[in-house]
Amino acid sequence: MASVFEQTIARNERIEPRDEMPDAYRATLVRQIAQHAHSEIIGMQPEGNWISRAPSLRRKLVLLAKVQDEAGHGLYLYSAAETLGVSRDELDEMLRTGRQKYSSIFNYPTLTYADVGTIGWLVDGAAICNQVPLCRTSYGPYGRAMIRICKEESFHQRQGYELLMTMMGGTDAQRAMVQESVDRFWWPALMMFGPPDDDSPNTAQSMAWGIKRNTNDELRQKFVDMTVPQAKALGVTLPDPDLVWNEERGAHDFGQPDWEEFWQVVKGNGPCNAQRLAHRRRAHDEGAWVREAASAYAARSQHD
Amino acid sequence: MTEHDEARPRAGWPLYEVFVRGKRGLNHVHVGSLHAADDQMALRHARDVYTRRNEGVSIWVVRSAAIVASSPDEKDSFFEPSGDKVYRHPTFYDIPDDVPHM
Repeated sequence: MASVFEQTIARNERIEPRDEMPDAYRATLVRQIAQHAHSEIIGMQPEGNWISRAPSLRRKLVLLAKVQDEAGHGLYLYSAAETLGVSRDELDEMLRTGRQKYSSIFNYPTLTYADVGTIGWLVDGAAICNQVPLCRTSYGPYGRAMIRICKEESFHQRQGYELLMTMMGGTDAQRAMVQESVDRFWWPALMMFGPPDDDSPNTAQSMAWGIKRNTNDELRQKFVDMTVPQAKALGVTLPDPDLVWNEERGAHDFGQPDWEEFWQVVKGNGPCNAQRLAHRRRAHDEGAWVREAASAYAARSQHD
Repeated sequence: MTEHDEARPRAGWPLYEVFVRGKRGLNHVHVGSLHAADDQMALRHARDVYTRRNEGVSIWVVRSAAIVASSPDEKDSFFEPSGDKVYRHPTFYDIPDDVPHM
């Protein structure tokens, strides 16, 4: 006879924190939600790089709000992960010691200000593609966190696209800067959906459990189809000679990212892996006195 | 508590559950959790994390450890008493269709 867990999944109902669940389901969720949370936290760095050099007060305010949102998203997700019986300190330590991963996209540098726009458009655009189906994921707290995040991501994508539109309406040098940025981020953005389905051994089980709702390749295709008309409206070229509309499929054909590069970055050999982790560790260490002071203040107030 | 324990960052920061009233006239609704050193910090962090876009007009925070919850294991027996009381629902009563405003 099917377990209560299996029956709940079969009815497409949500699993809640105190329900019984298979150990592997719990472990998969912890890994996925933690990785997602870490990505939001590390994701503050590439864009944070441009806060002090934003070209106007308006752009600086927008960028600050966006980076603050990424912190918030990380916290929503840590909160969801904690309902599975892991502690936030534990997760934070796993990130700082490199025992849990974050999305490889954040191991690429932001070399020009146009990258702020490209990240909003392509990176957050890809994230939205990934995340919208996760609002219906089978684990309740994860789905609820995703709903909050998706509402806010829309601002992220639109501010990025608007930034790029403004630059495309500027000088030749600005247009060239946008194109160069898109050229650098296009393939890493496609990698954000993970390896091809044939090379993604966990996908089938995650879909059976209702954690994932679509395969990596399905979501990648959706992203390409969504992005092509946006690139056209913007006036940039996507750097893929194989990208062409396929009338028969009713979808775009496109080339494959360099999966060897992808695995290298996952293994820690990307352009910024070491820098991102070092920065995270430094921020943690330099914030220690604040945490200690808050603890001391709370302890004293309790004694009064 | 030794000084060493006191200095250890965050080890003792309790978990708080956060409830937000979206607007006047609505109940407070659970939105998530956070860690804080004390109640006031929990409230301020709740504002920063959960109401960056005017999502609330009022926030409650309560230590997670203070919440008493029913157990999912006793789901059936705990809620069973209301299961056979169909007469508590208006649809239990047959009223002719031509009787108005019922």
